[in-house]
Amino acid sequence: MEYDREGPSLPSARGPLSAAVRDHLRGTGPLPAPEAVAAADPYGDDLQLALYQCYELHYRGFAGVCPDLEWDPELLRVRGALERVFLAALREDTPVHDSVDEAVGDLLVEPVDGNGVSHFLRDKGELWHLREYAAQRSLYHLKEADPHAWVLPRLWGRAKAGMAAVEFDEYGGGRADRVHARLFADLMTDLGLDTAYGRYLDAACAELLATVNLMSLFGLHRSLRGALVGHFAAVEITSSPGSRRLAEAMRRTGAGPAAEFFYDEHVEADAVHEQVVRHEVIGGLLEEEPELAPDVVLGIDATGLVEDRLAARLLSDWRAGRSSLRVPLPSGISHTS
Amino acid sequence: MPNAPSDEPRRITVRRRGPMLVEGPVEIELEDGSTVSSDRFRVALCTCRRSRRYPWCDTSHRARSRE
Repeated sequence: MEYDREGPSLPSARGPLSAAVRDHLRGTGPLPAPEAVAAADPYGDDLQLALYQCYELHYRGFAGVCPDLEWDPELLRVRGALERVFLAALREDTPVHDSVDEAVGDLLVEPVDGNGVSHFLRDKGELWHLREYAAQRSLYHLKEADPHAWVLPRLWGRAKAGMAAVEFDEYGGGRADRVHARLFADLMTDLGLDTAYGRYLDAACAELLATVNLMSLFGLHRSLRGALVGHFAAVEITSSPGSRRLAEAMRRTGAGPAAEFFYDEHVEADAVHEQVVRHEVIGGLLEEEPELAPDVVLGIDATGLVEDRLAARLLSDWRAGRSSLRVPLPSGISHTS
Repeated sequence: MPNAPSDEPRRITVRRRGPMLVEGPVEIELEDGSTVSSDRFRVALCTCRRSRRYPWCDTSHRARSRE
């Protein structure tokens, strides 16, 4: 994974909103009208890609796009309009739970006959499924832990210390070769995928973009710090058993040692992170700011919602023998690297 | 330096349901005399004996339910 100074290429548009945002970033066109944003499908390809492009300016940007556009007032106004549509849908479709304890309690129960993506990959996954899964998830894992780092200045006391400790671990405990994003790039190499940051943006489905946009939304707004903490807890609590199944899938298909290691590391790391996030981060936050409890529930339940939508999409495609990607991957896997 | 030797006692957090949390780095001697180590800031040690990555917790202690 060479550091890409240019940043990824701008994606292909998926509709009028994403086209207008892309053209604005290129400096060649007007931004969408507010009415067009308000009428868009909140979970659809066009709105999700438009939002993704706005958010990416806060991470690594795009090749040929002026970095100062990150704080372009016109673009921020459009981003705000896109976010309102997305957040309104998330609020409409949640909460599922009445309290933080109930929401966390449900995450801590493992179904005996689970039928999620990790169960499918463990039992039936072939290499092409694993490659698709890694290409989709690379939109997050190559910036793993980055959206959550934004919450640090907004926390205090136990919540801040716990969050910083977990983030330090995500970032390899001070070692570049152990940064989780680096470990994921090594997994991608095992699977014969291109490790360039943002390389699979055009290939990723809307449901995947929504999972990443959710983190950026919660991470970039101090007013949603409770939701960011809830989201992070949901990810860390569910990661360990899911990672075990994915590690088994990698072993069974002979994906390669780095592919196995990425998920093995997450089994162990996230068993620790879960404890710290539940007791120190959520516990500490609600001790300082008990009024944020409903936002923590929103974060947990909205994460469940977008992950369930992604699972439904991947499984319906795979069970029908179809690719889940919008752009096919180059065939053939080289294990020579 | 959080990991420097000091006179402060090492904190171990125990819970009835769940792993034992120990501040890292740690070296653990197993029954057969072999050792495993971790330099994570904190480690979760299995106390339910169900972990497939023993002595590390892999969340196998969790309640299971039929959906």
